[in-house]
Amino acid sequence: MKKFTQVTGIVAPMDRANVDTDMIIPKQFLKSIKRTGFGKNLFDELRYMDEGQPDQDCSGRPLNKEFVLNQAQYAGSNVLLARQNFGCGSSREHAPWALDDYGFRCVIAPSFADIFYNNCFKNGILPVILNENTVDKLFSELFENEGYELTVDLENQCITTPGGESIPFEVDAFRKHCLVNGLDDIGVTLENTGSIKEFESKHKDTSPWLFGAIG
Amino acid sequence: MAGKTLYDKLWDAHLVKQREDGSALIYIDRQLLHEVTSPQAFEGLRISGRKPWRIDANLATPDHNVPTTERSSGVEGIKDPVSRIQVKTLDDNCDEFGITEFKMLDERQGIVHVVGPEQGATLPGMTVVCGDSHTSTHGAFGALAHGIGTSEVEHVLATQCLVQKKMKNMLVKVNGKAGKGISGKDIVLAIIGKLGTAGGTGYAVEFAGQAIRDLSMDGRMTVCNMAIEAGARVGMIAVDDTTIDYVQGRTFAPKGDNWTKAVSAWKELHSDVDAVFDNVIELDAADIKPQVTWGTSPEMVVSIDDSVPNPDDHSDPVMKEGINRALEYMGLKADAPITSIQLDRVFIGSCTNSRIEDLRIAAEVVKGRKVAETLKQALVVPGSGLIKRQAEEEGLDRIFTDAGLEWREAGCSMCLAMNADKLGQGEHCASTSNRNFEGRQGFGGRTHLVSPAMAAAAAIAGHFVDAREYLN
Repeated sequence: MKKFTQVTGIVAPMDRANVDTDMIIPKQFLKSIKRTGFGKNLFDELRYMDEGQPDQDCSGRPLNKEFVLNQAQYAGSNVLLARQNFGCGSSREHAPWALDDYGFRCVIAPSFADIFYNNCFKNGILPVILNENTVDKLFSELFENEGYELTVDLENQCITTPGGESIPFEVDAFRKHCLVNGLDDIGVTLENTGSIKEFESKHKDTSPWLFGAIG
Repeated sequence: MAGKTLYDKLWDAHLVKQREDGSALIYIDRQLLHEVTSPQAFEGLRISGRKPWRIDANLATPDHNVPTTERSSGVEGIKDPVSRIQVKTLDDNCDEFGITEFKMLDERQGIVHVVGPEQGATLPGMTVVCGDSHTSTHGAFGALAHGIGTSEVEHVLATQCLVQKKMKNMLVKVNGKAGKGISGKDIVLAIIGKLGTAGGTGYAVEFAGQAIRDLSMDGRMTVCNMAIEAGARVGMIAVDDTTIDYVQGRTFAPKGDNWTKAVSAWKELHSDVDAVFDNVIELDAADIKPQVTWGTSPEMVVSIDDSVPNPDDHSDPVMKEGINRALEYMGLKADAPITSIQLDRVFIGSCTNSRIEDLRIAAEVVKGRKVAETLKQALVVPGSGLIKRQAEEEGLDRIFTDAGLEWREAGCSMCLAMNADKLGQGEHCASTSNRNFEGRQGFGGRTHLVSPAMAAAAAIAGHFVDAREYLN
């Protein structure tokens, strides 16, 4: 997995609550059997005026000029500033895959939906939860300052604004450890093979009906 | 010490290892697989040279992409080449890794959350995962069930475990008896209306109270299915005789001595009387009327005798903006009566409402009546091939087709427009599915979530109407 230690970059605003994963990457793109190539269809229905199709060349599609990612000042942004309950709905990991493929490394919001939040960490994306007032303030600063950049430092768990303000954030120690070191989750879990086998054997003794029924 | 909640019991019974930072390794008893969220997981296994930890813990079936029209030519007959590759990839992966799959032409094929319980592959006391957020459905059996992402699908395949952090406990109690004609769908939509789309985030929710206990397993699955629409990954209901009666005799359910032992273990699958919940929400079942969503989030829900909300009645700017945006997308005017919403299509199906009981009530509503001429289409899509057969044995298919509804093959169908069944731009649909997000049922489509009875009644009237007027 891609490491995340520190990221500095332009911030794009997604100024609406309850952005669902259908909105992040619409269903027709879920038919892919790959993990890559979703970036051009990130926020497809908001970004383009027509209905997108899988494997389509998007360069000639009519753009929704009002959508933030189509505005010149947010070109090359890698931090997304969002509102409450970001990533709700479907469990599709294609949502973080699309954000990652587009170039986003960090999403900041007052709250996230559980599954999306979890999926981000598996893909080298850092979801940062800040309180509502702080997010409001960041939105105002962003709208007032073209080219607004933030530095997100995972090791020190803080975000630095252009004005030099340092905003601390919380993150689970284990998730941080995996992200900072770019660890493969499965590899880490398999270090516990002994414990898993031991549990499994006891589980089989107490609940034999859970084993061998299918296959 | 306080007693344990059902969630605490299920968690403790599957805890492999607790880490100091609060995360834990949890053992997974059952993984259900479908074609959309598994290909990258299998590919990951191949790349790293890993094998599934326990083949017999997995069960697969294609559902999202399968056509629901005539499909005797199987996978090769899927017209959309991208869908065809995805279904074919599931078949190939299951063959390669030795995983049991109910393929497209198998009568047991269907929507993964319908098939698991139907086969007894979902059992009380299990941990169940699937790369699909509606995995909460299986919590209806007193199981700990939730949706996961594709990386976690691969993780479970490779290790039989998940890294989890324990959630908080929430109790949602629906007190008293629900009125006649009020279904599990109305109950859960009313709960979501009260909790909000993020109210359950971070919680494992247990549904309880008389109105929940009174529900059949089909109704309970509908309720748990939509826990995620209130933000809760996990929804569950304690085991009782209704649960045990449903499970008994199913293909993969325990038999003989194992059945006796299992039943005695399952009887413990309820929250202790002195269990403490972090949050308790109570509703009075008698207050619940047939529900209809008007907006673009499941929390945007009102009763059939209500009107579309007015943004001016709200002071919170984010809320106001949300309502305005939803009104614009849905093409609705504030304060319009819900019964004035004209429909273009009706969809009865999905992992929320495609079980036999759902089809029976819809058939009762349309029996001897005709679909409104203003409707472009009314679809009935059973949740599995076996439900389809049962419905046909009961003559429900004839009731539907005589009334002018289409009777289809099993699959996810119009719930999410990954197959040929979808809404056109601007079309309003009365749908028994679970999500009314923008574009969910098709680009520019407008979804209204309702119960099967309400969808059936809307098909007859051409607009929303109180389904209780159509029931005996």
